Amino acid sequence: MPAVSKGDGMRGLAVFISDIRNCKSKEAEIKRINKELANIRSKFKGDKALDGYSKKKYVCKLLFIFLLGHDIDFGHMEAVNLLSSNKYTEKQIGYLFISVLVNSNSDLIRLINNAIKNDLSSRNPTFMNLALHCIANVGSREMAEAFAADIPRILVAGDTMDSVKQSAALCLLRLNRTSPDLVPMGEWTSRVVHLLNDQHLGVVTAATSLITTLAQKNPEEFKTSVSLAVARLSRIVTSASTDLQDYTYYFVPAPWLSVKLLRLLQCYPPPEDAAIRGRLSECLETILNKAQEPPKSKKVQHSNAKNAVLFEAISLIIHHDSEPTLLVRACNQLGQFLQHRETNLRYLALESMCTLASSEFSHEAVKTHIETVINALKTERDVSVRQRAVDLLYAMCDRSNVQQIVAEMLNYLETADYSIREEIVLKVAILAEKYAVDYTWYVDTILNLIRIAGDYVSEEVWYRVIQIVINRDDVQGYAAKTVFEALQAPACHENLVKVGGYILGEFGNLIAGDPRSSPLVQFNLLHSKFHLCSVPSRALLLSTYIKFINLFPEVKGTIQEVLRSDSQLRNADVELQQRAVEYLRLSCIASTDILATVLEEMPPFPERESSILAKLKRKKGPGMVPDIEEGRKDKNVNGGMEPISTNATTKSTPSPSTDLLSLGSSPALSSAPPSSSAGGLLVDVFTENHAPAAPGVPMGPVADDNFSRFVCKNNGVLFENQLVQIGLKSEFRQNLGRMYIFFGNKTSTQFLNFSSSVICQDSLKTQLSIHIKPADPTVDGGAQLQQILNIECVSDFVEAPVLSIQFRYGGTLQNIAVKLPITLNKFFQPTEMTSQDFFQRWKQLSSPQQEVQKIFKAKHSMDTEVTKAKIIGFGVALLDRVDPNPSNFVGAGVIHTKTTQVGCLLRLEPNTQAQMYRLTLRTSRDTVSQRLCELLSDQF
Amino acid sequence: MIKAILIFNNHGKPRLTRFYQYFAEDMQQQIIRETFHLVSKRDDNVCNFLEGGSLIGGSDYKLIYRHYATLYFVFCVDSSESELGILDLIQVFVETLDKCFENVCELDLIFHVDKVHYILQEVVMGGMVLETNMNEIVAQVEVQSRMEKSEGGLSAAPARAVSAVKNMNLPEIPRNINIGDINIKVPSLSPF
Repeated sequence: MPAVSKGDGMRGLAVFISDIRNCKSKEAEIKRINKELANIRSKFKGDKALDGYSKKKYVCKLLFIFLLGHDIDFGHMEAVNLLSSNKYTEKQIGYLFISVLVNSNSDLIRLINNAIKNDLSSRNPTFMNLALHCIANVGSREMAEAFAADIPRILVAGDTMDSVKQSAALCLLRLNRTSPDLVPMGEWTSRVVHLLNDQHLGVVTAATSLITTLAQKNPEEFKTSVSLAVARLSRIVTSASTDLQDYTYYFVPAPWLSVKLLRLLQCYPPPEDAAIRGRLSECLETILNKAQEPPKSKKVQHSNAKNAVLFEAISLIIHHDSEPTLLVRACNQLGQFLQHRETNLRYLALESMCTLASSEFSHEAVKTHIETVINALKTERDVSVRQRAVDLLYAMCDRSNVQQIVAEMLNYLETADYSIREEIVLKVAILAEKYAVDYTWYVDTILNLIRIAGDYVSEEVWYRVIQIVINRDDVQGYAAKTVFEALQAPACHENLVKVGGYILGEFGNLIAGDPRSSPLVQFNLLHSKFHLCSVPSRALLLSTYIKFINLFPEVKGTIQEVLRSDSQLRNADVELQQRAVEYLRLSCIASTDILATVLEEMPPFPERESSILAKLKRKKGPGMVPDIEEGRKDKNVNGGMEPISTNATTKSTPSPSTDLLSLGSSPALSSAPPSSSAGGLLVDVFTENHAPAAPGVPMGPVADDNFSRFVCKNNGVLFENQLVQIGLKSEFRQNLGRMYIFFGNKTSTQFLNFSSSVICQDSLKTQLSIHIKPADPTVDGGAQLQQILNIECVSDFVEAPVLSIQFRYGGTLQNIAVKLPITLNKFFQPTEMTSQDFFQRWKQLSSPQQEVQKIFKAKHSMDTEVTKAKIIGFGVALLDRVDPNPSNFVGAGVIHTKTTQVGCLLRLEPNTQAQMYRLTLRTSRDTVSQRLCELLSDQF
Repeated sequence: MIKAILIFNNHGKPRLTRFYQYFAEDMQQQIIRETFHLVSKRDDNVCNFLEGGSLIGGSDYKLIYRHYATLYFVFCVDSSESELGILDLIQVFVETLDKCFENVCELDLIFHVDKVHYILQEVVMGGMVLETNMNEIVAQVEVQSRMEKSEGGLSAAPARAVSAVKNMNLPEIPRNINIGDINIKVPSLSPF
C-alpha cells in the first residue's frame, strides 16, 4: 500500500467520523456532533472567505451528520455556491448536498436553477449529467417550468453524448411524473419513439422507461412504439449471448432492457398487424423455451436475470389474455416454479398465478395446483410467501373447491401470523358468502371464524352474517339453533355474544319449542354473558331483552326485573341507563299490539356492495382485490345464491357504507326498527303532543356564522352540523353570478323529502333575481347533492338572501336556514388606473353623502400580504404607487347592476402602532358606499 | 419507480440513504427504523421481497433487499419494477462498489459516503434505473476519478484513501472491527 500524504483525502472528515464512531454513548455522539456543527457554522459565518476545499469538507461533514439522523438547517447557501465552482469535485459535492437535502419547495431553487442552466449549456457532458441528475432528483415544479422545454431538445439532439441522452430521458420522465402539464411532448414524440432503435443499449433502456410512462398516459400517441419494441425484443431474444457484449449479464442478453420492453408492451393490447403479432408470439415462445433449457451457469444471478425476463413475458401473456396455448404454457411454467427450491421464485410464481387465475382460459389450469398451494400455506417458513399463497387460494376459489379452501384457510388461521389474520378473516368471510353451497355451511363457517379468531373479526363481518340471516328465511331456524349451541361454551368471544344476541332476539322463537332452549333458558344463557361484555354489547343485549318481551310474554316478568335492577336503571353509562329506563317503561305501558309493531322482526336489508369486500378493498388499496366474479367472466351455474352475493359486488352505492345495520352512529345498538332514531319512536309512545314540524312553518334562526368569511372569497364551507355540510363555489361576472351549492349528507342514512329554496325578503326581491334549479328529493347517506343558483343583480342591495333547506332524517323533519353570501361587492369589476386618474376622480366624488369613512380596531394581525389579498378578493383592483404613503392601500372598481354601474374608489390606512384602520369609500351612490364600507371593514 | 434506497448495517446504523420522493427528515429516520425492523428479523434464506412498511406507501410498494455480511441493501420500489430485476440491480451496484473500492467493506461506505453516492448516481437517477452495465458504470466513475486527480483535490483511488484510514493508526478505531470479517463477499465474475 502506498503511503498517503496528509493532503490527500479529507483528513479532517476522516478524523471526525472516527470520533463519532468512537463515542461510547448517544449523548457523547450528540455532543460531538453539536460541537462540529458549531464549528462549521462559525466557519461559514466567519469573515475569512473559505476556499473550495474547505467548503467541500464541511459540506461533506454535514452530509454525514444528516445521515446519522440530525437535522441540518444551514449550509445550503454554501452548497449552492459550490455549484458554480469550476472545479468538478466541488460542483459534484454541491449537487450531492442539494439533491439529498433540498426539498422541492426550497426558496433556493431559483439560485440552483441558475447554476443548472449554466451547466446544461456548458457542453461538458459530465457537467450536463450532474445538472440533469439534480433536476431529476429534486424534480420540483419550478425546475420543470425552467427546463421542461430544454430537456427534450437535449434528448433528441444528434450530437448529444450517449450518457447525457440517458440522463435526459430519465430526467424528462421524472418531470413528466411531477408536472405532466409542463412537459409538452407533441413535436418530440416520434423522435423519442425512435430512440428505441438507438445503437447504445443504455439509451434504449432509459428511453423505454420514458416511453412506457408516457404511453400509459397517452397510448394513442405512442402507438408506433409497439412495432419498434417488438423488433428490438426479437433481436435481443434471438441473439447469441455474446452479441450484446457488456449488456449480457451472466449469459442472459440484456435482461433489463427485455424486461422494460415487455413492460412497455403491456400498455397495449395484442398488436393488430399479423406479422408483428406473429413475431411477438415467437419471442414469447422462445423465452418460454429457454426456461426449459439447462442453465448456462449455476450462479443465482444467471437464474435471476433469466427469470426476470420470463416472469415479465408471462405477465404480458396474461395481460393479452388471448392465446390459450401460451396461457397454459405459462401456467405450467409457474407450476414448476411453485416447487422450486428458490424461495424468491416460489413467491413470484404464487403472485403471477394470482393474476393468471382470473383469466377464463387458464382458471382451470391454475386450479390443478391447489394441493401445492395448500401445502405452501402449511410448510413455507416465510410469511411473505404464505401470504401470497393465501392470495392465490382466494383467487382460484370457486364453487367447486370453496369448502376445501375455506377449511384450509380456517386451519391456517389458527397459527397464522398476527399481521395477516384480519385479512384472512375477511377473505374467508367473503368466499364463504360468495360461493356458499348452502347457508347452513355459511353460518357454521362464520361462527367458526369468530371462535378461532374472534379478535380479528371486524364489525363488518358480523354485520354481514346478520344481514344474510335476516334476508334468508330458510336459514334462520338453523342459525338460531347454532348460535344457541355455540353460546353454551363456557368462554365465548364477545362477537359471538353480539351475533347470538341479535339472532336470538329476532329468531329465538324458532327454537323455543324445544324445552332445552325454552325462552327462559335462552334468556338466562344470554344474561350469563351480560356482565362480561363491553358497553356496546350490553346495549345490544338490552335490545334483545325487549325483543324477548315481545316474542315470549312468559318471560316478561323476569326481564322487567332485570331491567328494574339498580345496575341497569342507575347504570353509570348514559346509553345503558336510558335503554333500561325506556325499555322498562315501554314494556309496562305499551299494549301487546304496539309492542308487536315496535318490536317487529327486522325487514330485509337492501342489497348493496358487501361491506366486507369494501373493507378488503380499502385495506389492500383499490385494484388490489381481484373482483373474482367480474374478472373471470365465468357464469356460475348455481343461480340460487346469486341475489345475495354476486349482485352485491357489482352494485355500488355512492359510498359503500360500512354501517350495515345503521348502528355506527351511536356505539350502542338498537334492534328496534328503524333504528336510526330509537328515541323518536319511543317518544311517540310516551307523549301525545309530539307533532312533527309541518312544512312551511316560519323559519327558525338564520345561521350566518360563516357569512363574513365569504365576502372576500367565493369558495368554502358555509354551514355544517352533525347531519349536513353545505359548501359553496361561486363565480361572478359583471352583474351575473352562478353559485354551486353542495349539500353533503354526513350520516349513513338517506335524507328524504329534501327541498331547498332561496328567500329574498322585502325589497331584496326586486334588487336580486335568483333562479334555483330544483334538486333531487333524496340524498343518500354519505352522498353529495349539487344545486345551481343563477343570480342577477338588478340594482344595488343591502340585505342577503336566505337559503332554507328541509329534509326528513330518521323520521324527524329538519329545518336549516343560512344566510347566503351574495353580497354587493361580488359584482365588482376591478379597474386599473393611474395615480393621476385616481385623484381626479377622487376629487369628483367629494360630496359628503358620497363618502363614507370608518375608523376601527384591527381584529386580526395587520399583515400587509393578507390585507392585499383581502382587498383583491373584495373585487377591486389594488392600485400600486398611487397613495404617496406606501403603507396605505388604494383600490378601484365598478359595481355592475342591471340598471346602472357604480364607480367606486377606496383607501385603507393602517396604523400599526394603534392597531387601527381608517377606511374611506367614495362612490356615486350613498347606499353603495355605506354597504361596501360595512362589508369591507368587517374583514380586518 | 424506486422510492428509496437504504443501506444500513446489522445494528440498523444507516450507511447510505437516498429518497427519491420527498419525506421530512424525521420521517426519513422513522422509515429507516421501520425498514430495519422489518428486514432484520427475517432469516437469511427466506425470500428477498416483502410488502413495504406502513410508512413508505402501503401495499403497492415492495421492499426488495439483499443481506451481505454486515450490510443490508434495501430498495423500496413500486409495482412497475421487476422484482428479480431489482435484485440483480442490487448485485450490480454491490459488484460495482467492490470494483471501485477493491474489496469493499463497511468502512469504505462509512468514510466515503460521498463516493458511494456518486457511484449510486450512475446506477439510479431520480428513482429510475439509469445504467445496468457494470463496465459502463465503472468507466463513468473512472472518468470522475481522473477529473478529481487532475484537480488535485480529494483523491487518489478510493482504495488508497481507505488504506489511509486503515493505516492512520487512529487509536479511536475500535479494535474489534475486523476488516477481513466484514468484507462483502461478491461472487467473482466468471470469465466468458
